[in-house]
Amino acid sequence: MKNPFKHHEFLEKNSIILLIGIILTVLVGGIVEIIPLFRKETVIEPVKGVRPYTPLELAGYNIYIREGCYNCHSQQIRPLRDEVTRYGHYSLAAESMYDHPFQWGSKRTGPDLARVGGKYSDKWHVAHLIEPRDLVPESIMPSFGFLMNNGANLDMRPHLETLKIIGVPYSEDMIKNAEKDAKAQAIGEPRGDTTGLMERYGEKVNARDFDGQPNMISEMDALVAYLQVLGTMVDFEATKDVDPSTAETNMASKEE
Amino acid sequence: MTTETITKNQDVPDYNYEIVRMFVIATCFWGVVGMMAGVFIATQLAFPDLNVEPYLNFGRLRPLHTSAVIFAFGGNALFATSYYVVQRTCRARLWGGDGLAKFTFWGYQAFIVIAAVGYVLGVTQGKEYAEPEWYADLWLTIVWVVYLLIFMMTVINRKEPHLYVANWFYLAFIITVAVLHLGNNVIIPVEWLGAKSYSVPSGVQSAMIQWWYGHNAVGFFLTAGFLGMMYYFVPKRAERPVYSYRLSIVHFWSLIFIYIWAGPHHLYYTALPDWAQTLGMTFSIMLWMPSWGGMINGIMTLSGAWEKLRKDPVIQFMVVALAFYGMSTFEGPLMAIRAVNSLSHYTDWTVGHVHSGALGWVGFITFGALYYLVPKLWGREEVYSLKLVSLHLWVASLGIVFYISSMWVSGIMQGLMWRSYDDLGFLNYSFVESVVAMHPFYVIRALGGLLYLSGALIMCYNFYRTIRGDVAVGEVDKDGNPRQPRNASQEGDAALKPAE
Repeated sequence: MKNPFKHHEFLEKNSIILLIGIILTVLVGGIVEIIPLFRKETVIEPVKGVRPYTPLELAGYNIYIREGCYNCHSQQIRPLRDEVTRYGHYSLAAESMYDHPFQWGSKRTGPDLARVGGKYSDKWHVAHLIEPRDLVPESIMPSFGFLMNNGANLDMRPHLETLKIIGVPYSEDMIKNAEKDAKAQAIGEPRGDTTGLMERYGEKVNARDFDGQPNMISEMDALVAYLQVLGTMVDFEATKDVDPSTAETNMASKEE
Repeated sequence: MTTETITKNQDVPDYNYEIVRMFVIATCFWGVVGMMAGVFIATQLAFPDLNVEPYLNFGRLRPLHTSAVIFAFGGNALFATSYYVVQRTCRARLWGGDGLAKFTFWGYQAFIVIAAVGYVLGVTQGKEYAEPEWYADLWLTIVWVVYLLIFMMTVINRKEPHLYVANWFYLAFIITVAVLHLGNNVIIPVEWLGAKSYSVPSGVQSAMIQWWYGHNAVGFFLTAGFLGMMYYFVPKRAERPVYSYRLSIVHFWSLIFIYIWAGPHHLYYTALPDWAQTLGMTFSIMLWMPSWGGMINGIMTLSGAWEKLRKDPVIQFMVVALAFYGMSTFEGPLMAIRAVNSLSHYTDWTVGHVHSGALGWVGFITFGALYYLVPKLWGREEVYSLKLVSLHLWVASLGIVFYISSMWVSGIMQGLMWRSYDDLGFLNYSFVESVVAMHPFYVIRALGGLLYLSGALIMCYNFYRTIRGDVAVGEVDKDGNPRQPRNASQEGDAALKPAE
């Protein structure tokens, strides 16, 4: 009987060919699974309401990453009965399409946060972040009181510019007013003027003194602004009427 | 010089062992650091008051632990053994001179320190196991390319016609980790003088790329690399050839081909398209076979020498490692079934699974290789004490049992509590009730980690005495022959006396 392994000797004696063989072998799976996902119209369902983060929310997103919140909190509600009951509508691809990178997480040491926005008051979030056990005695979450004393990064213009390069549809107007919008959102009416902010990001934007410290715009303001918008962007009512077969995709409508 | 020594010198090249010794010491050092970090964060989950904001909060320390054990402990072990194995099996000194090899040593340690300092200060990309920011990634790329070059050129310079199987695995590990590292770190820095960057892909695409990377950090860093270790050190210690040459060929190519597809099993029921999830599941289940091929090839290498398993604690380490490898590569495909995953995902079961692989397989095969390697590298017959090796084995095994069994219970309990309904159709438990239920298991887990860490400290002590040249009282060698006790420091004193 012929030895089917005889030819393997060739690879063992020619290390460069072996190296090339390894590279080709490991590339296949990745190419098949990853490349088609960049036909985004087949991946991201058309929904109404998802917008890029405001500068203050983006600063909050960056704090969320910096503090490693993703180590214990997921942002991805699965279409399973209990999850939909507990957390709300299952997560849609469109809802994380402006997250560079995604924050879906892999572990729920704490609860899912994909739709935490609007579920608790700002005061609750601030008190909970300062000392979680004051509100939830059994909580094992670390304390983040220091966020109250750190000034938020308001110089978000370079961040918006960077994200624009990689496809987030920030307009010139949004980029130019990044700092102004961040301040307006953390101060809110009547002390601040949120007209421009609302024009650029929509009427639904939460603009107020999130951390209850009127004298400063803290990292707490930014983080709470981010938490309060999570999962609230999609307009499920309006989306019901969207016919997927004829709808413009998010990618296409972005161009407008 | 006699003709005989000249021939001998030509036969056995002058290998660079110094670099291997350096990496071995770094492996022990970072192993202890990484395991300490693990025990600390495990204790934080049981007793949250141990969080010290902002620098020592769980969220910043968890990447420190994972990077320290995977990349610092595991990485240094892979550098050490790959440099040793490639020289011995190719009969060629490391290519590029001692300076270049030392560059990979100091360059890699610098990467670890840069990354770790970043985590504590809050500098992270926010992607699991790929947390280092872009400047650290760039630096690692340079170090890694030099590593690949040294390894590959040593292989090309070999005096043996065939390339030994361990080197295929090391090569697949080095090159694939390079591909994954580049693929998952396509980023754009906000400012050239700032640490912050944004990943170019977003949402679904970034999730898929991250878990293509993440799962294959397991597949190629923690599996292929350590299989390379297994394929050299198990046959060497057992003094037997590898069980089946054909099985190693089938095992090698099927493992590296199939592993790369398994990433989507981290993303079931998410917004990732179903076709990708199904592909991921299919290949994850198929992965069971090549994994067990490797396990069988390793364990069966002892056939005809099973009595060594009774006498030699170093062989015991290696065989237990392979048993854990077999167990966790069975558990993995099981958890990659979508229905099972709907329960296990997001719970401690995943954490337990990872640790049965990491502590049982990666840790134990490394300890086995180190116990073989250290006496060889420092010119000793055997380690200071094989009894201490045995103690390490049992303490660490007990630690693993504590760890994984507590995580099975807490993980499955968590999953069941989350989906539990009462008769009226309401959820039975609030989230925090599941957190409360975890507490005893978090304590047991921390205890398991502490035992495992204690084992590593016993190993370090054993190495310290071995390097000094000591032999413990009442020791036998691996074949059961008694050894002469020796204490180098006392003998040193005795030797000094006549000179006074």
